[in-house]
Amino acid sequence: MNTSLLMFLLFVGITLLITAWAARRSSGSSAFFAAGRQIKGWQNGIAVAGDYMSAASFLGIAGLIAFNGYDGFMYSVGWLVAYLTVLLIVAEPLRNAGKYTMADVLAYRLSARPVRAMASFSTLTVSTFYMIAQMVGAGTLVALLLKGSGITFDRAVVIVGVLMVSYVVFGGMLATTWVQIVKAVLLIGGTIFLSILVMAQFHFSLGEFFSAVSHVTLANGKTVNFLQPGLLYKPPYGPLNLISLGLALIFGTAGLPHILVRFYTVPDAKTARVSVVWAMAIIGGFYIMTTFLGFGAATLIGKDFIAKNGGTNMTAPLLAQRLGGDLFFAFISAIAFATILAVVAGLTISASTSFAHDFYSNVIHHGVERKPGEEVLVARVAAFVVGAVSILIAIVLGPTFNVAFLVALAFAVAASANLPVILLSIFWQRFNTAGAVCGLAVGLASSLALILVSPSIMGIDAPTVAAAARHLIQAKPLFPLDNPGIASIPLGFLGAVIGTFLGGPASSADKWLELEVRANTGLGSEKAVAH
Amino acid sequence: MQSDGPDFHRVAAMPEFRALLAAKLRFVLPATVFFIAYYFSLLILVGYFPSFMATPVLGPVNLAYLFALSQFFVAWLLAWLYLRVAAKWDAQAKALLSKLDDGGSSAALLTGARR
Repeated sequence: MNTSLLMFLLFVGITLLITAWAARRSSGSSAFFAAGRQIKGWQNGIAVAGDYMSAASFLGIAGLIAFNGYDGFMYSVGWLVAYLTVLLIVAEPLRNAGKYTMADVLAYRLSARPVRAMASFSTLTVSTFYMIAQMVGAGTLVALLLKGSGITFDRAVVIVGVLMVSYVVFGGMLATTWVQIVKAVLLIGGTIFLSILVMAQFHFSLGEFFSAVSHVTLANGKTVNFLQPGLLYKPPYGPLNLISLGLALIFGTAGLPHILVRFYTVPDAKTARVSVVWAMAIIGGFYIMTTFLGFGAATLIGKDFIAKNGGTNMTAPLLAQRLGGDLFFAFISAIAFATILAVVAGLTISASTSFAHDFYSNVIHHGVERKPGEEVLVARVAAFVVGAVSILIAIVLGPTFNVAFLVALAFAVAASANLPVILLSIFWQRFNTAGAVCGLAVGLASSLALILVSPSIMGIDAPTVAAAARHLIQAKPLFPLDNPGIASIPLGFLGAVIGTFLGGPASSADKWLELEVRANTGLGSEKAVAH
Repeated sequence: MQSDGPDFHRVAAMPEFRALLAAKLRFVLPATVFFIAYYFSLLILVGYFPSFMATPVLGPVNLAYLFALSQFFVAWLLAWLYLRVAAKWDAQAKALLSKLDDGGSSAALLTGARR
C-alpha cells in the first residue's frame, strides 16, 4: 500500500478521534464557539500558529525561496512581524470586549445591526476567498502526493471538505483547536527534522551552507547568488509591490477573522497575550527555518528539477524525498495535508460563527435567542453550507486555477476593511456607525476592485501561453501592483473617517467609557465556563 | 444588561484608571511606531537599494539577510518587553478594580479568570 496514503489515513484517524472526544465533552454555545474559554495560553499559542501557517506558508514559501531566493524570504519576515500588531494592539481589547466574533467589538458601542451585517459580510468574504485558495491547493497537492492511489483532484477536494465540516459540526471549537495543535506540532517537528537533514549535507556548517547558497548553478550553467535581493521584486513596480505586500501582512493578520476568534477561547486577556507570544515563538522559529528549507532546496535539488516535478508547491516534499527517502516524503506530504486541514477547519468555524452569531442571531433576530441551542444549530448548518459551497467552487475552478491572488485578496480585505474599523472603534471616540459601515464597505470594495484590475487578473498573453496560465482579462492592467494594500488600506481608513463625519454625531459617550474600561481592565468581560 | 452590571463609570472616573491608560499608551505607541519603521526600512532598503543590501558582511552572508534575520529577534525582544510591562498593568488594573464597592465580586472575577 502507498505509504503516503497510510500516513494520511493515520492523521485523519487521530483527528476524528479528537473530534469524537470533543463532541462528548462540549455542550452549549460557549463550548461550541469558544471551547468554553478554557484553552490554556500555550495551547492557544500553538493553535494560533496551526491556524495561521497555511499551505501557502509551508509549501508556498519553500518554493518561493527555492525559485526567487532572498525575495521569497521577505514573506517569512512579514508573517512574523505582523504578530506585533496582534500583540500590541488587537488581542487584549478584543478578548475583553467581545464574545465570539470580531463584530462583537464593533457592535459594542455602535448600532449593532448594520455594523454586524457588514462585518459578517466581510468575514464571510475573507474566509471564502482564503478557503477556496486552500481547497484548490489541497486538491492539487493531494492528487500529486497520492499519485496512483486513485485519488483525483475532485475526490481530494471532497475529502478535505467533508473532514473540515466534520471537525467543526461535531467537535466545534474544541476539536478545531486540537486539530490545529496536532498539526502545528507535526509541522514544526517535520520542519526541524528536514532542516537538520539539509544542514547535514553541509556538515552542519552555516558558512558552508551560505556559501553554497551564494553560488547556485542553474541548469543553463549560470551561477546565481540566491542571497541577492531583487530576483523577484524587480523594477519598475517590484519595490512598491514589496511594500504593498508588507502593508497587507502587517495590517491584515490582525484583521483575519479566523485568527481573531482564537482569542475568545482563552479565559482572559492576560492569557490571550501569553498565547500571542507563544504563537510568535513558534511562527518565528518556523519562518527562520524556511531559510534551510527554501535555500536548501535551491542548492540541493535546484529549481529546474522542482519545476519539472510538480512545481513550486512540491519543493518541500521533493527536498524530503531527496534527503530522507520515500518514507520521509510520505511524512512531509502528510504534514502538508494536515496543514491544509487545520487551516480550513479554522476558516469554517470562523465563517459559520460569524453567520450564526452576527447575522442570524443579531441582525435577523435582534440578539434574542428564541430557543436554547438555536445559535449553535444555525452555526452547524452554516458550516455544512460553507463546506458544500467551497467544495463546489473549488471543483468548478479546477486544479489549474491560479489561487495565489485569492490569498493576497483575503489579506488585503482583512487589512483594508476589518483592521481600520477595529482600530477606530477601540481608539477613536468620535467614531460612529456610519463610519464603520462606510469603512468596511470602502475597504472591501477597493480591495476587490484593485485586484480585479491588477496584473493577477489582467494581462496580455502571447498566443503560445497555455489556456490555464492565461490572464482572466486580456488587457493591460489598470493597477500595476499585485497587492492592493498600499492603496486600499488608506482608502479603508479614509472611508471610515469620512463616513463618521458625514454620518452624524459621535456614538454614545457612555458606551465609549464602558468600552474603554472593559477593554483595558477586563471588567465585565466574558468568563470561562465553570467546570 | 451592561448597565446593571459592573460600575464602568466609577472606574472611568478614577485617576488610577487614567494613569493606567497613559502608561499603556507610553509603551504601545512608541513600540508600534518603532516596529513599523524598522520593518518598512527593511522593505524600502531591499526594494530600492538591492545592490547596497547585497554587500557581504559575514562571509557570504549579506546585509539584506542579516537585516531580515534581525527582524525576528527584534520582534521577539519587543514581545518579551511587552510581556514584562503588561504584567505591571495587570497589577494596576487589579488594584483599581479592588477599590470598587462591589470589590468582592470584581476581585472574584479577576481571580476566577486567573484560574
